[in-house]
Amino acid sequence: MCSGIPEAGRAGEWAQAEVAKVDPNGVELSGAEIVVQALVDEGVEFVFGYPGGAVLHIYDALFKQERVKHILVRHEQAAAHAADGYARATGKCGVCLVTSGPGATNAVTGIATAYMDSIPMVVISGQVPTPVIGSDAFQEVDTVGITRPCVKHNFLVKDVSKLAETIRKAFYIATTGRPGPVVVDVPKDITDPNIKIPYHYPREIRMRSYHPTERGHLGQIRRAVDLMLQAKRPVIYTGGGVVLGEASAQLQELVRLTGFPITSTLMGLGAYPMTDRLFLGMLGMHGTYEANMAMHETDVLIAIGARFDDRVTGKIEHFCPHAKIIHIDVDPSSISKNVRVDVPIVGQVASVLDDMLKLLKERAPATHGASAKDQPVADWWGKIEEWRRMDCLHYDRTSGKIKPQLAVETLYRVTNGDLYLTSDVGQHQMFAAQFYPFDKPRRWINSGGLGTMGFGLPAAMGVQLAYPDAQVACISGEASILMCIQEMATCLQYSLPIKVVLLNNGYMGMVRQWQEFFYESRYSHSYVDALPDFVKLAESFGHVGMRVERPGELEAAMREAFGMKDRFVFLDVVVDPTENVYPMIAAGKGQHEMHLPPSLSDRELA
Amino acid sequence: MGTNGENDGMRHIIAVLLENEAGALSRVAGLFSARGYNIESLTVAPTDDPTLSRMTLVTTGNEEIVEQIKKQLNKLIDTVKLLDLTEGPHIEREMMMIKVRAERQDREELKRLADIFRAKIIDVTDTSYVVELTGASKKLDAFIDAVPEGLIVEVVRSGPTGIARGDKGLTL
Repeated sequence: MCSGIPEAGRAGEWAQAEVAKVDPNGVELSGAEIVVQALVDEGVEFVFGYPGGAVLHIYDALFKQERVKHILVRHEQAAAHAADGYARATGKCGVCLVTSGPGATNAVTGIATAYMDSIPMVVISGQVPTPVIGSDAFQEVDTVGITRPCVKHNFLVKDVSKLAETIRKAFYIATTGRPGPVVVDVPKDITDPNIKIPYHYPREIRMRSYHPTERGHLGQIRRAVDLMLQAKRPVIYTGGGVVLGEASAQLQELVRLTGFPITSTLMGLGAYPMTDRLFLGMLGMHGTYEANMAMHETDVLIAIGARFDDRVTGKIEHFCPHAKIIHIDVDPSSISKNVRVDVPIVGQVASVLDDMLKLLKERAPATHGASAKDQPVADWWGKIEEWRRMDCLHYDRTSGKIKPQLAVETLYRVTNGDLYLTSDVGQHQMFAAQFYPFDKPRRWINSGGLGTMGFGLPAAMGVQLAYPDAQVACISGEASILMCIQEMATCLQYSLPIKVVLLNNGYMGMVRQWQEFFYESRYSHSYVDALPDFVKLAESFGHVGMRVERPGELEAAMREAFGMKDRFVFLDVVVDPTENVYPMIAAGKGQHEMHLPPSLSDRELA
Repeated sequence: MGTNGENDGMRHIIAVLLENEAGALSRVAGLFSARGYNIESLTVAPTDDPTLSRMTLVTTGNEEIVEQIKKQLNKLIDTVKLLDLTEGPHIEREMMMIKVRAERQDREELKRLADIFRAKIIDVTDTSYVVELTGASKKLDAFIDAVPEGLIVEVVRSGPTGIARGDKGLTL
């Protein structure tokens, strides 16, 4: 533990100012108090964190106020995931607070998760006092160095007079442009309660080196509209950028106006209602047949807030071989990174779509837009419907074992489609993406880019805190859930009535599936041999545990679980361990080279 | 000795104005290693404005990769401005100090070589010279090639820096 035990709590002038709700600007505050007051001024509701030596001054300042609520997690990884889940569900910036050394390194997985999915987050990490930085002091790591490749930006605060401005900058950077996590590393002496300086929190911040693009280039948008109006086989391909950029309304208008088919990445699900007929389902490695075939045959691809990830494109040489590509993205470096595009448009998705809609309406006022009713696009739809009739998500509904797909469909029915669903990583994640049609953005919360097992439960905590009255569930597998299982204690402490829906197949299902396909069924270390009794485990944490083994019991059990409005319920659903996720495009294959479910694969593909 | 890069289209000299903050250099170096970009040289020093550093880096790659490198550099929060000097007329200079063994029969030859290259001999001992030479990197390479085999003791090169021709400056 570091030196400098803080003085026992006494109400300082800052605490009095707090009580009187006086404007804090100009009041003398210590560094620790500045951290907390800055969070108050940012409107932060929750800080997810875990105390330790280097952040004790900050924790003492937290103790003396009530406006920022601190949520004590049981592992710093969960602090980052919970802040991330909060951010994904609300669109606000997630905040976490961790100590130096292991506190910071534990948070790195969560920071990298947020970075890969462009989630706005500010991480305040303690650091050893400035005079001992670099001396291999107790609980010292180079946090700025370790996090540098997985943050949008990071800061080491070396002067208390820069603290407030640095925190303001951190929030500004995290939430603007392409969002992302920002780490503020604060050495312990900077938060010294005995050194007070006048507090000033800058409302406006200007950085000469950082000017995120807002509006798209009108000339480029015009070129895009020209292409769209000529399209015979158009496809709209959307990603997480539509959710992050709050452009769901514009997207829906665009799709309705044009009548173009739309598909989405894993990250973009819900930005366009998945129950709508114009939605082709998810695309990519486990996307639908119709979505991937449409991608393969399209002549004009309109990519919106998506980044041509390898899980979407498959083999680049086979990606959309006939298409002119329009790409709207707020991050210039996303454009032509993996796939060369013809019409790049850099700007905020919502603003670009506004401009695009205006132009479309001007250009084709008679038809109320583009070419939905034009013969070529009607023919295109005919082809798509043919692909759709393949019923690529077909599975055996009469099985004596619970099929994971059935579990997800039942979850949809029991929750009436009104659910915030967080997920871990693996087969259950793909089944959820395929079988739970989200009709609103920010309802489907999962780690897409980094693929972090252990994300789901802590993320659900952030979501449930943000929306205490909403139904929140975490779909998981028995391997993933164990990676952050300790958070069941946090859920009890804060009375979070999350429902864990565990699709328990005894295997790391996705690993097993790959081993079956590509390693001649040598199931190397993918069988989880010593599973806990999840019912007793949940009970030992003070929660309700339930186990279902037969399809006939499933719906009633789920209804019972979701009926317990004020309880955390852990529903252990024993599913068929042999089930695989289909369709599947093997790594390195083209989008048109899908494996379909065995029941369909006698009909070979294009 | 300005080169317009046309003969050597794969080589790019990129000038970057960076916030003169601790860690800015490591962000650039980390970017190149993390994304597997090729980096031939990198020099950095403060400018007349002490809050700004100017970095010159030389990289090779096809147009798509170099375009991506420039975008990624621009994306760094500490990057204020960036210019690919090889996109226009520019002047490239690198400084080299080279220590050569200069004994009886070689002394005159090395002196003459230095004169031909308009280099300066800036340190002399009974058995060695230190030669200072400034120019485009290719000129420095040529000098090294011209030194008779076995005489080079040590080579120190600054890495290239550059500036665009004309009245416009890479400033704020």
